[in-house]
Amino acid sequence: MLLSYREALNQAMREEMRRDSRIFLIGEEVGYYQGAFKVTKGFVEEFGPQRVVDTPITEAGFTGLAIGAAMAGLHPIVELMTMNFGIVALDQIVNNAAKIRYMSGGQLSVPLVIRGPGSAAHQLGAQHSQSLEAWFCHVPGLKVIAPATPHDAKGLLKSAIRDHNPVIFIEAQLLYGTKGEVGDGEYTIPLGQADVKREGTDVTLVAYSKMLLVALEAAEQLSREGLDVEVIDPRTLKPLDLDTIMTSVTKTGRLVIVEEGWRFCGLGAQIAESIYSAAFDYLDAPIVRVTGEDVPIPYSRPLEDAAIPDVPRVVTAVKSLCGAG
Amino acid sequence: MANMDKVDLLSLYRRMLLIRRFEEKSAEMYALAKIAGFLHLYIGEEAIAVGAIDALRPDDYVISAYRDHGHCLARGSDPGKVMAELFGKATGLCQGKGGSMHLVDLPKRFMGGYAIVGGHIPLATGLAFASKYQKQDLVTVCFFGEGAVPSGQAHEAFNLAALWKLPVIFICENNRYGMGTPVQRAVALYENVAEAARSYGIAAERVDGMDVFAVRALMRRVVDQVRAGQGPYFIEAMTYRFMGHSMADPSHGHYRTKDEVEEHRKRDPLVVLKETMLNQAQCSESDFKELEREVGEVVAAAVTFADESPFPDPASLHADVLVEE
Repeated sequence: MLLSYREALNQAMREEMRRDSRIFLIGEEVGYYQGAFKVTKGFVEEFGPQRVVDTPITEAGFTGLAIGAAMAGLHPIVELMTMNFGIVALDQIVNNAAKIRYMSGGQLSVPLVIRGPGSAAHQLGAQHSQSLEAWFCHVPGLKVIAPATPHDAKGLLKSAIRDHNPVIFIEAQLLYGTKGEVGDGEYTIPLGQADVKREGTDVTLVAYSKMLLVALEAAEQLSREGLDVEVIDPRTLKPLDLDTIMTSVTKTGRLVIVEEGWRFCGLGAQIAESIYSAAFDYLDAPIVRVTGEDVPIPYSRPLEDAAIPDVPRVVTAVKSLCGAG
Repeated sequence: MANMDKVDLLSLYRRMLLIRRFEEKSAEMYALAKIAGFLHLYIGEEAIAVGAIDALRPDDYVISAYRDHGHCLARGSDPGKVMAELFGKATGLCQGKGGSMHLVDLPKRFMGGYAIVGGHIPLATGLAFASKYQKQDLVTVCFFGEGAVPSGQAHEAFNLAALWKLPVIFICENNRYGMGTPVQRAVALYENVAEAARSYGIAAERVDGMDVFAVRALMRRVVDQVRAGQGPYFIEAMTYRFMGHSMADPSHGHYRTKDEVEEHRKRDPLVVLKETMLNQAQCSESDFKELEREVGEVVAAAVTFADESPFPDPASLHADVLVEE
């Protein structure tokens, strides 16, 4: 079935909420407005305002409330209108959600999904354009997912909801309208399992979320120039499936990592370190990172474009790595 | 107060005495370096924990901040396990991973102590949200100091609790100092901190936190109301901490005078209760001697248990970061 990313998320939550009455949705505009990005279209009609809970604009308060509810046995899905607002709730996410199980010696758990759109999307300005996944990945006690396709979005969101841990689920805003084939009926995708999106033998390209689409397009262009690119989507950023990346690198000997987030302390640095430690002998060239620039994302279109990786930059990076530049 | 039930009074006094002697012993153990980190003593405030928790059912939720030993012991936690947690031992309530500020005892529905000021107040509203969602007639009691009242998270939580009529009782233990800053310099409405809750439409009143009867009587009335679904309640319990903010702070420091501390010590809640019992409940000095002996033995046994318990195996370092499937 051809579905949009938005519809796939809607379907995942709908199916899970029908299955388990402990699951409820909470956030700004999730109910009567049907979601700022219309991900929760039709939810309040089906599940009622008790389970589709509109909140005031108070991310710390309602995220904390959701954590408390999870401690008491419910399974909240918190929708952040954008992941940028997660910063407002960061005390709750980092100090409470991520730590409560550990601090209690395993007595308490926080089965919770915090989801919403991330990254830049056509001139939203610096405070609404951030890719904060590295922040969340840094904190022990959280799982972090950033699916790129409608199929992955549905299967991974269902797994996130069934997980007994706090899970940060990042949806790139520009992906909501993208379409893809989604499997019929019930399916889940295990967390922590990368996916080879395109097979190739010359170079490995790792990219997630919106950057996967950039990477796949770059791979197509490069194939016309005779380079056979393997593209891997980690899908789950934490826990990270390094085995799949490792297997690919041992085959190709070359690795390019693409991420929209800032370069300094970015996720790609972690992946590069892991591959250097475990597969150095297999590398035929240094690992290359294509990343967002270390600036607040600017408003003006040409400046915004300059701040974010695009297809030409990925193509150039791969070609120079492969000595074809 | 004539003809008061002697057994009841002895029981109240015993619980307050246990907290007092336990904490005095904790201070000693801190001096001996058996306890490290931060240690915030509750001495002087015992009537609030004991009076409030006495009015609850065993299945109600209790949650606290970093000055949490008193609430945990008043809830009936094993003093040996609490002391062992302060010692960082494997037999502690949280297997040594929580420490003084993060005691959790799930079987007692003691949902934890939290060390970010104001950060646990949204959790309390979440516990109450869960009871309402699950149609359970449970009450959540949330303890915090007056220093938490100006925090944004407290206000977000008050608003949500009032908006959704959640069964939560906020107990502000006004001991007049947020660390070393007097309430007059931290809270604009310092003459009536309860106004902070009233501004959200939460019923609020002030009580003498040195008088265990007053606290319990108010709580018995309030708990019934809240349990019946009439929405949250805010209690400002006027008290005073006889010790410093923590063991790092001398008992009167430079922010308050010795005379001021001495003045408040005249209303020591244990002395107030004892006088009532001697005058009106046919109790004798020998009753108190017997209680001192018995509580002394319990505290000594707690220390022995903590001292003789093993430290956690380093192999447990990575356990309980996440719920393993």
